Amino acid sequence: MQELKNRAIELLENGTVARVLGWKIGENTYDPEPAFFDSVEAMKDFVYNNFCAANLSKYMIEASKLEGKTLVCLKPCDSYSFNQLVSDHRVDREKAYIIGVGCKGKLSIEQIKKSGVKGILSVTDSDPIQVETLYGNKELPYTAGMLSRCFSCKGKEHVVYDELIGESAETSTVDRFDEVRRIEAMTPEEKFAFFQAELSKCIRCNACRNVCPACNCRKCVFDGNKFDSAQKANVDSFEEKMFHIIRAFHVAGRCTDCGECSRVCPQGIPLHLFNRKFIKDINTLYGEYQAGADPEAKGPLTSFTTEDAEPSIVSKGGIV
Amino acid sequence: MSINNEFRPKIVAFCCNWCSYAGADLAGSSRLAYPADVKIIRVPCSCRVNPMFILRAFEKGADGVILCGCHPGDCHYSTGNYYARRRMTLLFSMLDYMGVENGRTRVEWVSAAEGVKFSTTMNEFVEKIRSLGENVRLGDLRCKN
Ligand code: SF4
Ligand code: SF4
Ligand code: SF4
Repeated sequence: MQELKNRAIELLENGTVARVLGWKIGENTYDPEPAFFDSVEAMKDFVYNNFCAANLSKYMIEASKLEGKTLVCLKPCDSYSFNQLVSDHRVDREKAYIIGVGCKGKLSIEQIKKSGVKGILSVTDSDPIQVETLYGNKELPYTAGMLSRCFSCKGKEHVVYDELIGESAETSTVDRFDEVRRIEAMTPEEKFAFFQAELSKCIRCNACRNVCPACNCRKCVFDGNKFDSAQKANVDSFEEKMFHIIRAFHVAGRCTDCGECSRVCPQGIPLHLFNRKFIKDINTLYGEYQAGADPEAKGPLTSFTTEDAEPSIVSKGGIV
Repeated sequence: MSINNEFRPKIVAFCCNWCSYAGADLAGSSRLAYPADVKIIRVPCSCRVNPMFILRAFEKGADGVILCGCHPGDCHYSTGNYYARRRMTLLFSMLDYMGVENGRTRVEWVSAAEGVKFSTTMNEFVEKIRSLGENVRLGDLRCKN
């Protein structure tokens, strides 16, 4: 962390970058938040710890419009999102100075709470995690606090960067399509009951859309023509009911599986189950494709071959 | 909808202007019958059909939705139907994944000369939807109405 901070200050001082896009220290170790730092003084609040799960690539849309370069810290998975934003023509590669930061799997306070710890006063981001609670101190294995997405990490290589700082550790132990396969094996009734139960929890806060780097439309179909908060209210029941399918479809082929949508959902809806189904189908039918791996690659939904499968394949046993 | 206890499905058929709509026209002028339950919506090209159109049709009460376009290779705009093919495949697969019976959606390529194919396809599809019964799931997805 100190090395990263020093290097960022150095680049700010020598004028290579006009600002730094990183994480600002929160009230606790576990709540750092994305922030821009435009001076060396401001950098005193800069932090990079194992709770810095937020993907900063989407903020580069805003930063691409500003004067000068922005130093942006990207974790390995964030670098895919950045590339995808470049191919969506929403961020300017030239406006970014990318420091690829190491990642050992990110922690989440929600995950720690889920493991049954109550009355948390403070936590460390170390391995093992030391938790101070109202009822005494506890020690948790690192993996007990790790985000579920990190268990099926794409790997710790950055696909785009100017320089690399910090070490990574392999965290992938679970095949990301396992859950999708589990659902595919259900009967239609079970599938429907599962999704109905999950989606009925949605409060339409739009957090999943707002955080998603692939949801980068200037005007979203889910934005009304009204002002301020009224703009966010759903326009009709159609939108209300179909929100998740529509959003998942809009990002199909561009979703890098960064896992941000599921991470931010206040209702704990497993939104990645939609994205991963699309990714899995695309891989099966149109060849392995990882959005963001290559910013020059043609997306699976903006290309075709004359030999593609017919939609009737779905009623002939489905795509598995 | 049911009249005299007989279930009459509501079917929406999106037909591209250049092939399938002309095919439907030919079916009509050749006096080939297809059920009146099929409501045709003419679109410039099969790839004009945004997945939202299909979902919207279901939400508005359709029991089955079929998309018809020019045969692959014959698209009036050269390649539109190839894009539609990928989109519809993924959309249908997603609906299946969510437990919506997959027989409720279909894509069929019908040329302007295939009046017979148009009428048999529609007859078959209506039969299929009749056997599946009324669509409740898509309207019911979030337990809200
Ligand atoms: S973040 Fe969760 S609750 Fe909010 S709109 Fe998305 S799915 Fe719904
Ligand atoms: S849909 Fe979710 S996993 Fe995919 S890019 Fe958006 S936030 Fe990331
Ligand atoms: S939901 Fe669709 S329209 Fe809205 S921002 Fe995401 S991709 Fe764009």
